[in-house]
Amino acid sequence: MQTLRPANAGELLEAVKDALADATPLEILGNGTKRDLGRPFQAGRRLETAGLFGITLYEPGELVLSALAGTPLAEIERTLKEQRQELAFEPPDLGPLYGLGEGMQTIGGVIAGNLSGPRRIKAGAARDHFLGFHAVSGRGEAFKSGGRVMKNVTGYDLSKLMAGSWGTLAVLSDVTLKVLPRPEKTRTVLVLGLEPARAVAAMTAALTGPHDVSGAAHLPLGLARLSAVSYVQGAGRGVTALRLEGPPASVAHRCAELKKELAGFGAVEELHSANSALLWREIRDARFVIAPQDRPVWRISVPPQSGAGVAGKIARAFDAAWFMEWGGGLLWLSLPKELPDAGESVVRAAVGQEGHATLFRAPADVRAQVPVFQPQAPALAALTARVKDSFDPRRILNPGRMYAGV
Amino acid sequence: MPPLMPAPDRATIARRGEIAAALRAIVPGEGVIVDDVALRAYESDGIAAYKQKPMIVVLPDTTEQVARVLRYCHEQGVKVVPRGGGTSLSGGAMPLADGIVLALGKFNRIRRIDYANRVVVAEPGVTNLGITSAVQHMGFYYAPDPSSQIACTIGGNVAENSGGVHCLKYGMTANNVLGVEFVLMTGETVRLGGAHLDSGGYDLLGLMNGSEGLLGVVTEVTVRILRAPAHAQALLLGFPSNESAGDCVGAVIAAGIIPGGMEMMDRPAIHAVEDFVHAGYPRDVEALVIVELDGPRVEVAELVARVEGIARTCGAVYVRVSKDEAERLKFWAGRKAAFPAVGRITPDYLCMDGTIPRAQLPLVLKRTDELSRKYGLRIANVFHAGDGNLHPLILFDANAGELERAEQLGADILRLCVEVGGVLTGEHGVGVEKRDLMPTMFTEIDLDQQQRVKCAFDPLGLLNPGKVFPELHRCAELGKLHVSGGRLPHPDLPRF
Repeated sequence: MQTLRPANAGELLEAVKDALADATPLEILGNGTKRDLGRPFQAGRRLETAGLFGITLYEPGELVLSALAGTPLAEIERTLKEQRQELAFEPPDLGPLYGLGEGMQTIGGVIAGNLSGPRRIKAGAARDHFLGFHAVSGRGEAFKSGGRVMKNVTGYDLSKLMAGSWGTLAVLSDVTLKVLPRPEKTRTVLVLGLEPARAVAAMTAALTGPHDVSGAAHLPLGLARLSAVSYVQGAGRGVTALRLEGPPASVAHRCAELKKELAGFGAVEELHSANSALLWREIRDARFVIAPQDRPVWRISVPPQSGAGVAGKIARAFDAAWFMEWGGGLLWLSLPKELPDAGESVVRAAVGQEGHATLFRAPADVRAQVPVFQPQAPALAALTARVKDSFDPRRILNPGRMYAGV
Repeated sequence: MPPLMPAPDRATIARRGEIAAALRAIVPGEGVIVDDVALRAYESDGIAAYKQKPMIVVLPDTTEQVARVLRYCHEQGVKVVPRGGGTSLSGGAMPLADGIVLALGKFNRIRRIDYANRVVVAEPGVTNLGITSAVQHMGFYYAPDPSSQIACTIGGNVAENSGGVHCLKYGMTANNVLGVEFVLMTGETVRLGGAHLDSGGYDLLGLMNGSEGLLGVVTEVTVRILRAPAHAQALLLGFPSNESAGDCVGAVIAAGIIPGGMEMMDRPAIHAVEDFVHAGYPRDVEALVIVELDGPRVEVAELVARVEGIARTCGAVYVRVSKDEAERLKFWAGRKAAFPAVGRITPDYLCMDGTIPRAQLPLVLKRTDELSRKYGLRIANVFHAGDGNLHPLILFDANAGELERAEQLGADILRLCVEVGGVLTGEHGVGVEKRDLMPTMFTEIDLDQQQRVKCAFDPLGLLNPGKVFPELHRCAELGKLHVSGGRLPHPDLPRF
């Protein structure tokens, strides 16, 4: 398959116009780390944005950064770190989940997937930090939306539509993001030996308390053993982790208070900076469900109080390896490889109407038969198709990646 | 004068009696208003200068009624203007002579409070403050706090993506809404999100926030609630110039501190406020900055000391730290009364709402001052300094025929905001007021793409027409794709 790698916005526009003119569907990629996510589809050409790279604006005092869509996230994170700043939504690095290396993804890919890490519960999602963009629509037109300021309600917020559209509406050429100061200090309180329902109760107590918790995850015993953090690996029990960040004195104080408050739940431990960083990176990147690579992986978002119950229903049906974060609101599950539908019917029944499940990893033939994204009610499905029409009427951008015909 | 609205359709107006009867069949009792005096209550929103009596007002109280009203209007080609608390500062709820106003005032119940999942499910007519009031006894609150929060509704907040003084740290409405139920113009009901985060599929929930009532009518909102900060303290900082005040704001952020609120006022605003509420503001400074720090007590103490040090380095000539809750609220009482305070010293005022890159503040204030002199109208500036959202208040007297001049001055200020890299509106919305300025920020292609999204929701353009977009195109026209002979015309022409 022919691969196009435009070196500037003008070439990107031409590439899409050509595809429109000769009715050739395009597969849109950054560096391709997440190309195995979604329904398989037929494309006549591959369009990579990795040739559009570079940070074009960074003003730390204004908390704003713009970069071309193909800029490696790693480069952006490095630049921000020099100014003690970061992307507060903690974009996960899912390269290893798909059997690829670390640190390869582009900022455009991060936004196209609207992927957020453990701090989602406090800082918001990728889309909440996405201020503006330039892109080329499937109509072969370069357009923009949003801006470079924090607060903006001028016209529809098309940034929201771009985030999480997986390249099916337009090809991003540059993005502008809100950046925030890095916390000065991080500690993690561990509660050991909790059953899942009890873990959700402990996380809820922490998240509804005054201590500004910025991460809340639970690893059942089998998964805690896989951690590279020795305290977690050797705990010999399930581990519930709660992260505190901020100025040093504040973190120390909150940590002491939270330990007191959670002591009634079980044995309490504490991780300091380096171990905290490592553990939350493992959680962020779903490291605990990566191996074996041939097992399907689901990512499920539910109301936090439902997390343990949904996981329990699925784990009773299958040999599931799973953990939860977002205080119980996000589940990552790896299921047996021999399931013909990757466990879809059981997963969707367990989730019901109050949440959504995405088949993040499965062989292409399974993804061709099983809805990868949460199925939509008829009115919403029709609206989704009309929104697609408004950007990409000829279906030339990642057609069918999210839903058949879209 | 309000900008020109689409010409009223005489045939629709002639059918008023028949339409009212059909609506009464859907919404029984007092829910359909046709009486001239009663209709007057709906003739304007927060912009009192823009008046238009609606053809009919409908007050449904169930989602099913909303759906049936919209389906009927869709089938009959009747325009609909949705309305929440009627506090819009951009004319977003301004009625149409040939349209009905769909008022959501009866949707005023909180349906569910779920502390464990940290959400409240509310009907759209519940006020912004009503949500916080319902949960504050348990130590929770709803973060976005527009200054009209006593009267504005959560449905209206979604439509406008409303902000407030705490946006920099806690986000705007879009960042705090987890789900909505809404009805399309065709009468179809759609549910998005819920008590869980980041629903898959296109983020139509994010799109609905700030869509100004043009995409659908919201009938239920799920918001996230937060535990109220354990402690909050404010600093009142006076500076000898707008530049030094602006530098201080930038230095606080550069030091890695994100305050709960960071507000700024210029000398005319300070004096108007002090005369009105006696908040204890110093009169002999050019600019005043209020910085609020919230969080655990130990953290607040540390950050207050750091901000105080930064302020002194930036040349603050007045520094006061709130000693107790009463004093903190007094600091804010002045800021929150800024608009009425200015209203006291002038017969009329216009409130602008541009956002700028904060570093451009000294330049923008200098050029605003030049514009003020050119037009011969005074301006007081109130500024959400942390996120660069500027509210110049233009003082004028409508009875002296100054409205048009004030509007021109306002438009020039907004053009200036765009010129320095900012935007036309930070939190009040485009509505009618800024509609005709949209081309200063967007190309025709940009605006056409936005209108195509509108077409996906409302193909006949019946929902709140005449707002946001300066030129209305038919959806069929917008949908056309001009591909000729296998090639687009002029492939080498730069389109952007």
